[in-house]
Amino acid sequence: MEPTYLLAAIAKPDLITFAAAALMVIGGAFGVIASRNPVHSALSLVLTMFGIAVLFIEQDAQFLAAVQVIVYAGAIVVLFLFVIMLLGVDRQEVFGRESLRAQRPLAAAAGVIALGEVLLLARTTWATGAHAANGPVGNSYDNVQRIAAEVFSTYLLPFEATAVLLVIAVLAAVYLARRVVTTNAEEEDSKMVEGKAVDR
Amino acid sequence: MGQDPLFLGHISIGVIVIVLVKVLVAFAALMVAVMLMIWFERKLISDMQNRIGPNRAGPWGLLQTLADGIKLFFKEDLIPEKADRFAFKLAPYLVLVPALVAFTIVPVGGVVHIFGHTVQLQVADPPIGILLLLAMSSISVYGIMLAGWSSGSKYPLLGSVRASAQMVSYEAAMGLSVAAVVLITGSLSTRAIVTSQAGAFFHIFPKWNIIRLGVVPFLIFLVAATAELNRPPFDLTEAEQELVGGYVTEYSSIRFALFFLSEFMNAITMSAVIVTLFLGGPDGPNLGGPSFIWPILWFLIKTGALLFFYVWVRAALPRLRYDQLMDLGWKLLIPGALAWLLVVAAMQVSRIYGLVLFVVFAAAGAVLYRAIIIGRETGSESEVITTFRKLPAAEPIRPEGD
Repeated sequence: MEPTYLLAAIAKPDLITFAAAALMVIGGAFGVIASRNPVHSALSLVLTMFGIAVLFIEQDAQFLAAVQVIVYAGAIVVLFLFVIMLLGVDRQEVFGRESLRAQRPLAAAAGVIALGEVLLLARTTWATGAHAANGPVGNSYDNVQRIAAEVFSTYLLPFEATAVLLVIAVLAAVYLARRVVTTNAEEEDSKMVEGKAVDR
Repeated sequence: MGQDPLFLGHISIGVIVIVLVKVLVAFAALMVAVMLMIWFERKLISDMQNRIGPNRAGPWGLLQTLADGIKLFFKEDLIPEKADRFAFKLAPYLVLVPALVAFTIVPVGGVVHIFGHTVQLQVADPPIGILLLLAMSSISVYGIMLAGWSSGSKYPLLGSVRASAQMVSYEAAMGLSVAAVVLITGSLSTRAIVTSQAGAFFHIFPKWNIIRLGVVPFLIFLVAATAELNRPPFDLTEAEQELVGGYVTEYSSIRFALFFLSEFMNAITMSAVIVTLFLGGPDGPNLGGPSFIWPILWFLIKTGALLFFYVWVRAALPRLRYDQLMDLGWKLLIPGALAWLLVVAAMQVSRIYGLVLFVVFAAAGAVLYRAIIIGRETGSESEVITTFRKLPAAEPIRPEGD
């Protein structure tokens, strides 16, 4: 490499960070769909999450980066792994016949449309009409304050609605997972102990 | 609330050298501390159990850990046939790296001036500060989970499922008690947390967070951190009598050593973080001599005291049962931390609000407790709960595939 290029690259740390993070994101995304083993797919997803967190830091959105790692990498993918490991589907899969016909052409079409949409949106300045919460970021130290001010004033209603939605989801999950024992409590109990309940 | 003063001006070669030196010194200090910690734990626990402990290598057996480490390095490294080789090799590093990174946010001393640069005695002071600790502890879950799963054997899987369930549950309580500290500081930065604890009430009582917040968040964090570290009495993950060795069963040689290295490193980091969050960090009286030395000494003394506490607990308390562990986490620590967080928040608004909220929570807690007692006595508990009570305890998940 020419020394001038090297100097230019060192002078632009943002570019290097972006390139590395973008490689992580794309490599991880590719790993998710290319791995035969579901656990490896989940791990690739973690790599993607990390790359996104690095991109957030590069944009001075430090708090979002932390939340990205704690919530997505730390909680959600851990739950994925739990399910994969406990259901015992952690075996290599052989992709032979597809369960849905015309799945591949449709997926390709959807991919092309999504890519076109992203490219179109990236060329123009309008996006959603709402102003970004952070605005031009001068100081990464007041991230939390800015986000809090926006969430608890401008976006209070959506925020609370999301909270209610999550509570409803949790209640529904508990209700669905719960087994209601109706009649013949003793008999049912003993049956459950031997068979069904333990088998879960 | 400010930025690291080192990066304020032009970033010159000198600044880069200082950062590199800080990283190297912290790494070396952490390694030596782990070595001493293992020796300290073994020696102390043998004192408490009326044994002698390591006494062959070096004076008072000080070099025993070094000898063990060298031995482990040269042992044969086995990978089980049924193992997932990639994940099996990856797992130790997923535990080790978060352990190393988490220590970087701990302020080990005050601020010194070197060659015209103002240097904070901590490796990094990122704006997200204490959130880095939570992020790193959620990453180390992966290491433990993968270690158990990739071994391709029954006991490690059980151990790792226990470990990750335990760590995920106690992370909530830990986060909530950290939130109380952040609330009263008004910043996530560990340096800001430490500086806000300087000073004293009535010139006697230090203004540490353990006093400012009431003792409750400190106790909750201490218990949650012990559970997060998988240390006794919460070491169900390696319960030798039940699980052979938990997730490390199939590991050997240096990979095995890496797991224990990071476990002890995590213990040291957690103690240091507790000192930072609740015990004023390097805060303490200056008793003469050069002014930069006393903060470091106070920090070391406080961290050492907490480490002594961990060893003491290990020698004194029996291991919890699995259902007791989950009950403690979900039914006591999380509601307690949440209620206390709300009381602290109300106190920030006004004393009256805070006291009213405190009384309300205390009354609600008492009523709930009484209701549970009455419910148990009358025996009218729901049949679902009865069913669960009859299930064999301490084994929530059956090993798959047999």
